[in-house]
Amino acid sequence: MKRKLEVSELIFRVISYLLLTVFALCCLYPFLYAVSASISGRAYVENGLIETEVTRERTDEQGNKVLDADGNPVMETVIVKERARLILLPKDVQLAAFSDMFKNDVFWNSYSNTLFLTVFGTVWSLVVAILGAYALSKKRLLFRKFFNFFLVFTMWFSAGIVPQYLNYVHTKEVFNGIGIMDDKWLVVIAMGMAAMNIILLRNTFENVPSEIEEAAIVDGATEMQVLRQVYIPMSKSTIATVALFFAVSRWNGYFWAAQMISSENEKPLQVFIRNKLNELSELEQIQIFELNHDYAPDSVIYSLIVCSIIPILVIYPFIQKYFAKGTNAGGVKE
Amino acid sequence: MKAKGSDYLVFDTEAGVWRQNPEQIVRDEVEKHHWKHVAVTVLKDWRLYLMLVPMILVFLFWRYFPMYELLGSFKVEDNVKPVAERLFLGFSNFKALLTGSGTFSQYSTEFWQAMRNTFLLSFYGLCFGFPMPILLALFFNEIRGNISRSILQVLTYLPKFMSTVIMTSLIIMLIKGANSVLETEPGILAQLLQRLGLITEESANAGILRDPNYFRAIYQVTGIWETAGYDSIVFFAAIIAIAPTSYEAAQIDGANKWAQMRYVVLPSILSTIVIMLITRIGNMLSIGYEKVILLTENQGSNLLKTAQVISTYSWTKKADKPGIASAAEMLNNVVGMLLVIGANTIARKASNVSLY
Repeated sequence: MKRKLEVSELIFRVISYLLLTVFALCCLYPFLYAVSASISGRAYVENGLIETEVTRERTDEQGNKVLDADGNPVMETVIVKERARLILLPKDVQLAAFSDMFKNDVFWNSYSNTLFLTVFGTVWSLVVAILGAYALSKKRLLFRKFFNFFLVFTMWFSAGIVPQYLNYVHTKEVFNGIGIMDDKWLVVIAMGMAAMNIILLRNTFENVPSEIEEAAIVDGATEMQVLRQVYIPMSKSTIATVALFFAVSRWNGYFWAAQMISSENEKPLQVFIRNKLNELSELEQIQIFELNHDYAPDSVIYSLIVCSIIPILVIYPFIQKYFAKGTNAGGVKE
Repeated sequence: MKAKGSDYLVFDTEAGVWRQNPEQIVRDEVEKHHWKHVAVTVLKDWRLYLMLVPMILVFLFWRYFPMYELLGSFKVEDNVKPVAERLFLGFSNFKALLTGSGTFSQYSTEFWQAMRNTFLLSFYGLCFGFPMPILLALFFNEIRGNISRSILQVLTYLPKFMSTVIMTSLIIMLIKGANSVLETEPGILAQLLQRLGLITEESANAGILRDPNYFRAIYQVTGIWETAGYDSIVFFAAIIAIAPTSYEAAQIDGANKWAQMRYVVLPSILSTIVIMLITRIGNMLSIGYEKVILLTENQGSNLLKTAQVISTYSWTKKADKPGIASAAEMLNNVVGMLLVIGANTIARKASNVSLY
């Protein structure tokens, strides 16, 4: 039976629709603006002072046409100033910012470095987390309490960025000492592990019914087979969520990559974007830039931003369905 | 359980001598074989223990070893020698930071300023950032169409998946000031805020990010933009778990929307709210350093009056004053840990739910 909505319910519903739409658009607007600004002409992005040359009929003060001796209107060329700042839709569309960037080797280099860090980093983090979480989920594990505490303590007490930095410097010395000069591998192995994700996985594994595992063991499955064929398929949504977290944090990683990777051509995209932003905030650099380009220096950053978020946007819809479920699966332990 | 003397020896009244307790003999036997038993179990189950090894190594090397570096806070300033070889100093670094004794008085002023900023940023986050996801979840619950709701949700989650570099670059460019040499106008958002009368033309032209008065507001608003949508997932899950019959019962009793909120929705999600609030209080001192560093870099030292937090403060001191930097981090971490443990204890007492 459908009942009529009360006035208060109706008002609340209208407000909900309204505010949510506004909020969602606010969330989206900066990205839309970035896309538009990356393909717009310089003046529209920078100041909206658009000067166009217009040829038109000359008029006198009263607005009458000025005619020459033959009775034809006199033509004149004037510069018309209008204010047309870019607000949402791109104006004077051009792809020069993108095409110039695609010609830049450093850009492609940083892009491939980011891909490297994301792929290897995610796989490494995921393997370590799944193996650890699986072992921790087993009641028969000796010193289980201790291992759990070992993990959880890092959530209570983190050393802070300066000690972490000093520690990474030492690790780097050790790595370089044994001949691994690629700082990328250090970033892959050392960073991006979070105790919260392991606990999330552990809680999910604990909820897998033990009968299935026992049946598998009776059938002669080894530990690895149980994990691969029972636990992983049964915890797909949590694993997908955790993998997404790992991948996104690797793709987005900036701070430690910037600190730890010393070689210029191993730096990832985020570092490249930030360096470009810093470079193009200097007055001299902008003046040099503007002499050589038709687009605003900001368009360079906007186009880099677009390039950086496209892969996330492509993967996001596929994995999105898992994560409302995955996020709620663990975390809080009864 | 404490061992008593009578556990080991009993007085044999017939023979008149002390004898070893026969139960203790069994216990000793078990004890003797305990480690053997442990070893056998581990060996039999070696695959399981091997699985733990990578995780333990990663956490040991890159989570626990940095804690060792924190010992530098008790030692003489030295950025060449490793921590172990530095001279032990005691608590003088802490004293210098907290009370400004000795030659370090300027560090103390900066430290307390950073502490104040850290606390205020978290506190405002608690006041403004925390209720937003709850409101969003309530609103999402009102959207009837599944598709339109999914679209709205996906749009609001989106900023969560963007990197700090991208978010801060957007913020910096959208609210930057005008430049008279290049004849550029303020960023589009700065202009919008100026039109709305929220900021004056002078501050829009000077760039509101460079103005220490606006930093906290900018931090909170952009924080809501980044996380409110994503954080609403938890609350939304709690709201949709409410049985429809509860609403129906309330409606039959003539409850209007406000009463339904008050008596049906709020009690059902209260435990989630409490847990989230306590987690938030527990994490109060861990302000995201990446965002602060990226927002304040190249924006002038004036901004640091309100933007400097403990972690960025010690980051600036890491090269020439590692001891002071470590001491600042240590204080921050210890207070932070007490907050987390306190919050967790309260959560356990209040709702029988433990966070960790």
